[in-house]
Amino acid sequence: MADTSANSPVVLRGRHDFPEISGRIGSIVLNGRLPRHFWTAFFLCFLLVLLLLYSITYLIAVGVGAYGINMPVVWGTMISNFVWWIGIGHAGTLISAVLLLLRQPWRASINRFAEAMTLFAVAMAGLFPILHLGRPWFFYWLLPLPNVHMHWPQWRSPLVWDFAAIATYATVSLLFWYMGLLPDLAVLRDRARSRPAQLFYGILALGWRGSAHHWARYQVVYFLLAALATPLVVSVHSIVSLDFTFAITPGYHSTIFPPYFVAGALLSGFAMVLTIAIPLRWAFSVEDLITLRHMDNAAKLMIAAGMVVAYGYVSEAFFAWYSGEPYERAMMVQRAIGPYAPMFWTMLSLNCGVLQLLWFTRVRRNMPLLFAIAIAINVGMWIERYIIVVTGPSRDYLPSAWGQQSLTWLDFGILFGSVGTFFALVFLFIRILPAITIFEVEELAEEEGKLK
Amino acid sequence: MSVIAEAKAPPAIDIATLRRRLTSDGDLWRSLDEIAGTAEFRRFVEAEFPAIAERLPARPNRRTLLKLMGASLSLAGLAGCSRAESIVPYVRQPEMLIPGKPAYYATTLSSDGFGIGAIIESHEGRPTKVEGNPDHPASRGATDAVMQAAVLTLFDPDRSRMPLKDGEPASYGDFLKAMAGLVSRWTASQGRGGALLVEATTSPTLAAQLDALRARYPELKIYRHDPLATPAAGEASHALFGSGLTPLYHFDRAETILSLDADFLGEGPGRLAYARDFAARRRVRSPNDRMSRLYAVESTPTITGAAADHRFAARPSEIEALAAGLHATLEGQAVASVPPVYTAWMAALVDDLKAAGRSALVVPGAHQSVFVHAAVFAVNARLGALGNTVEFIEAPDAPQVDGDLEAMCEAIAHGAIDTVVVLGANPLHTASAGLDARKAFSDLELLVHHGLYRDETAFPAHWHAPAAHALESWSDIRAYDGTASLVQPLIAPLYDGKTGHELLAVLGGQFQTDALPLVRQHWAGLDDDAWKKALRDGVIVNSAARPVSVTVPPDLAGLKPAANAGNGIDIRFVADPWLRDGRYANASWLQELPRPLTKIVWGNAALVSPATAERLKIGNGDVINVASNGADVDAPAWIAPGHPDETITLSFGFGRKVGSVAALSEGYDAFHLRRASEWFATGATIAPRKNSMRVITTQQHQAMEGRAIVRHASLDAFRQTPDFVRKDAPPSPTESLYPEWHYDQEAWAMAIDLSACIGCMACVSACQAENNIAPVGPDECERGHEMHWLRIDRYYDGPVDAPDTFFQPVPCMHCEKAPCEVVCPVNATVHTHDGLNAQVYNRCIGTRYCSQNCPYKVRRFNFLDHQSFDKDEAGPEQGVHNPNVSVRSRGVMEKCTYCVQRISAKRIQAQIENRDIADGEVVTACQQACPTQAITFGDRNRKDARVVREKAAPQNYALLEELNTRPRTTYLGKISNPNSRLAKLGEATDG
Repeated sequence: MADTSANSPVVLRGRHDFPEISGRIGSIVLNGRLPRHFWTAFFLCFLLVLLLLYSITYLIAVGVGAYGINMPVVWGTMISNFVWWIGIGHAGTLISAVLLLLRQPWRASINRFAEAMTLFAVAMAGLFPILHLGRPWFFYWLLPLPNVHMHWPQWRSPLVWDFAAIATYATVSLLFWYMGLLPDLAVLRDRARSRPAQLFYGILALGWRGSAHHWARYQVVYFLLAALATPLVVSVHSIVSLDFTFAITPGYHSTIFPPYFVAGALLSGFAMVLTIAIPLRWAFSVEDLITLRHMDNAAKLMIAAGMVVAYGYVSEAFFAWYSGEPYERAMMVQRAIGPYAPMFWTMLSLNCGVLQLLWFTRVRRNMPLLFAIAIAINVGMWIERYIIVVTGPSRDYLPSAWGQQSLTWLDFGILFGSVGTFFALVFLFIRILPAITIFEVEELAEEEGKLK
Repeated sequence: MSVIAEAKAPPAIDIATLRRRLTSDGDLWRSLDEIAGTAEFRRFVEAEFPAIAERLPARPNRRTLLKLMGASLSLAGLAGCSRAESIVPYVRQPEMLIPGKPAYYATTLSSDGFGIGAIIESHEGRPTKVEGNPDHPASRGATDAVMQAAVLTLFDPDRSRMPLKDGEPASYGDFLKAMAGLVSRWTASQGRGGALLVEATTSPTLAAQLDALRARYPELKIYRHDPLATPAAGEASHALFGSGLTPLYHFDRAETILSLDADFLGEGPGRLAYARDFAARRRVRSPNDRMSRLYAVESTPTITGAAADHRFAARPSEIEALAAGLHATLEGQAVASVPPVYTAWMAALVDDLKAAGRSALVVPGAHQSVFVHAAVFAVNARLGALGNTVEFIEAPDAPQVDGDLEAMCEAIAHGAIDTVVVLGANPLHTASAGLDARKAFSDLELLVHHGLYRDETAFPAHWHAPAAHALESWSDIRAYDGTASLVQPLIAPLYDGKTGHELLAVLGGQFQTDALPLVRQHWAGLDDDAWKKALRDGVIVNSAARPVSVTVPPDLAGLKPAANAGNGIDIRFVADPWLRDGRYANASWLQELPRPLTKIVWGNAALVSPATAERLKIGNGDVINVASNGADVDAPAWIAPGHPDETITLSFGFGRKVGSVAALSEGYDAFHLRRASEWFATGATIAPRKNSMRVITTQQHQAMEGRAIVRHASLDAFRQTPDFVRKDAPPSPTESLYPEWHYDQEAWAMAIDLSACIGCMACVSACQAENNIAPVGPDECERGHEMHWLRIDRYYDGPVDAPDTFFQPVPCMHCEKAPCEVVCPVNATVHTHDGLNAQVYNRCIGTRYCSQNCPYKVRRFNFLDHQSFDKDEAGPEQGVHNPNVSVRSRGVMEKCTYCVQRISAKRIQAQIENRDIADGEVVTACQQACPTQAITFGDRNRKDARVVREKAAPQNYALLEELNTRPRTTYLGKISNPNSRLAKLGEATDG
């Protein structure tokens, strides 16, 4: 596939050798001499981490009434943040697991940070269902723990399925990511000069020696985990979407949601991959490892997923009309002209309008523009989740109960705090672990015949 | 009689009174400590209450500030001395007091001076809930929203807690000493220069006491200040019949009713009884049933107009012309003055009234002019209604007075009065514009104020004495029909407040009298058995006034309609339905109870018609300046569908900033615009301002959006298709994935008759009182965080100028296939064995999925901590809580439980007695309060249950039944009875 298109950019640019690759990637971690703007950016993210901590403290002290939620719209940004972050995680799993199984070699240089992104996104996502709760300190009551309280999950509730789905997803993602890290951790162990670094990476490397045995086992486990993770790409977001479709609220109760959510997840996930990869390759001068080809492919996947999402929008509106249900119809009309109309049209123009620019190769290979589009899609997808969460209950069955919620500083504090925390984690990851898979790039160089 | 009332603490005394007592009646005393402990020390201890800071004058001078600082420094030490008390169980159990078992006592609550009987639930001596007294003619078992708040105002932490001398804490002994000086002065001068200012009351004892005072001090003047007085009926009766008679209506006998600007369902001392009778005459269950017809002419939208079959909006100044026209038409005279726009329906109306004959009834608005009343008396007489639907009785004995506040201020200005004792009234808030009561009061040598709060009048008073709350007092009062009943205390005065009787006794020189002997003495005619019976039943038998037969003079005693210019804007003043003249402004339940039609909470707005708003280019919340006779007020506008054009409705009761709850509320003070005691004014102007103010409402959307939510039909349509509620409605689905529930015992269910519901909000208030529902304050209400479990939805249908108004109470539906139950991840909302949809608070973690999935949106979430759980912070307001209902913390969902605590209590009782729960034994709080008995509750498994009979009515339907939720709460579609001749006027037909 790498050669199907004559004018498509290469996956790996220039000629390399193994020590050069492992040295270049490893030195980012081992030398620790990162550019000043890295630390400046990390500091800014750290401020947002503090904002998140402050917001969470405030929330616990005061209560969820500090959000903009109200009656009738009792779900708000915590749910949309959750869905948004879970979606972002999806691209990582798709890149690492699905593309691995499909033997797409171009994934090699971006799969590591895509997986890390998945992990951190799921970590962020996992916060929100807890921060959403009226009594967050009792979140563990969702677990089937035998205890003297005699409480037990109510298995018909999609929230319980959700809890299980996220827990599975987080576990598998972590294992998959860690398994993929083992050979590289061993490289770092071997290249480390200081004793603490040797110990640190040595322990994490779990005694990896790179023997043929190790590689054989590794391949089996890695592919098995990939096979385990692949259905999760579909199932996790499908189950998240059941939180909505299971409810009888107009605007929630729709069978299109599972595929539509998965497509939305991939769209926002690839947008986030680009949001990270574009500055990353520029900042660390690894444009020869993460090439325009990667960016191009990610952009193509974005438009593919985006068109499915657009189909979802159309189908939602069509079936609202076709159902003949006055409640569904009224909700859909109110979504377009009601109090949330500005958000709705912003969402459409970003997710469906701006996205169309990606049809053009020149746009796809113009990094600043692609970065701007990725940011726009990220924003658009957040709005989409928010629109889905709030418009249904704000215009449901009894007009007397119609009303809309507001957005308070706390809603934004937690959202931006989580964005900052996510990037802070990404920065730490870049500082501590190899952000590009050393052995896979080496393997790619070998296979592409680009060894010196 | 309350056990607790007898255990009252002895009042504080000072040396002067003690000495007098020792010499006069030889009381025992133990030690000088008892005396020493009274005056100085005790005053400081009493002053420990931090409330002192609130009374800090707006601009304290250096001296006051230093005094306060000194006091707080010394009191800081004292506060450290207070220890937590350990509570010891009863050593000897008081008789009849079983812990955990409430006791019920009959008493009477005052509504604008008239009595409405109540049964108060008391837990271990703590009154927690007001119910109606079925034996009392003004209650008949029902209550209104305001009565429910009596327990809340009792425990109001802002209540005045100690006498104040010039605004500073003093002991009651000091107060008595001052009063003793006043008594000796008045005794010497025969009361010259003295005046009493009383509020509206019908207490026979109080009237007798005032007479006695007058006899003792012949020069003493007595004035009455009642800002909500409606004297026109009495004046018309004086003019026509020569004596002060008052009409009584019998809506249960009326076939055709015309209300001439009368809100008889929402206002007036007989409203609960009238609503009951009115609804009883309109209860239709089968095509053969008959119902009365109500025409309402209104100058402001009221719940009576909403209940009417035909409603006409008229400017308040036009009502006289309409009354004159009606009178002339019926007398066969030439009709000159009726505006042409009304002639179309006037003919149909007159024919209808004539056809009904003696079963016709015309009700004049209490606030309308003397002429309207006189004309209506004549019309009723002409129709033959006198003696059937209308009876005249002697007005319940209000004390004879020398004039009103205006007369008093004039006398003060002339120097004729130098000492005023104010009993209960708050003239400095409620005085009309152009009457500088503050100035007049500042000229006084001595101003004594007696009231529940340190209100506007208490501030400048030289002496303020805290009043006892109605639930702490002995008294008596008369109902709208003259029935006398007793007021008995449920609890000893919390803050040593005194009743008005006691204060009057003090002024009469009896310094150590309780109210009980005073009241008992007045009713000396009752022997002990009769007295006990009166206390137990809540009424004094055969005390109702006898109807008087009257003849109306043909020329209306020369009364003529006043020629109203009709220029400019008419102002219609109304009392706020809950806060009245502002006296209940500190009751958070009432502040937060949505007004029946506007659904506005925590403030008032100036109501205008849609057309007027369009002309002035104003929208909801835009500030307008209303000017009339040199005074003006800024108020947020609110567009009220069905409001007469070029008229503005201003409500009293707001704009007060005294009291911590009242200060939270917003709104304007309409008393600034009112002249004398007028209820409407003409020639006002409205000038829109640039800014807007927030007006908080609990219902944002007013139309049904074409959905079959309130199903309604005319009586004719109902007779043709009794099951009109099924019309166009798809058959509700029956299949479900989940297995059916089986109920071996009871299966509770509720039916709500939308024809009977008048939207009075009593049920919502009762629900709040019964279920410890937290008020949340204006900011939270604005954000949609209000907590009422039961709401009354109000929908408009039809043209905005003359819409049909529908009310629909929406409690939890207790669905058989409840959408909330399946989505809760932690089993916090579950189905019980008797069909309730129960919410388990301590299991709830607050995912709020249940509310998302509730199509009726009846669940309420504790977004914040609305209740205090900190025992160090606990104030007296905690006392109002129903001990049988959990107080919910933040983060949990709550909702209507069908009053599960009441069900449990009856089930326990039935199991002890080894029997089934009888039909009608379990009564929910909303059902009990409802004046029209619109709500029926019972066991669906019993064939003979009333609720089963109600649900068998052809117009029974379930809300949103197409969702297959199978609600336990169902509705009986609204049936109205419009005149087919008028049906073409764009009014209620069969919808």
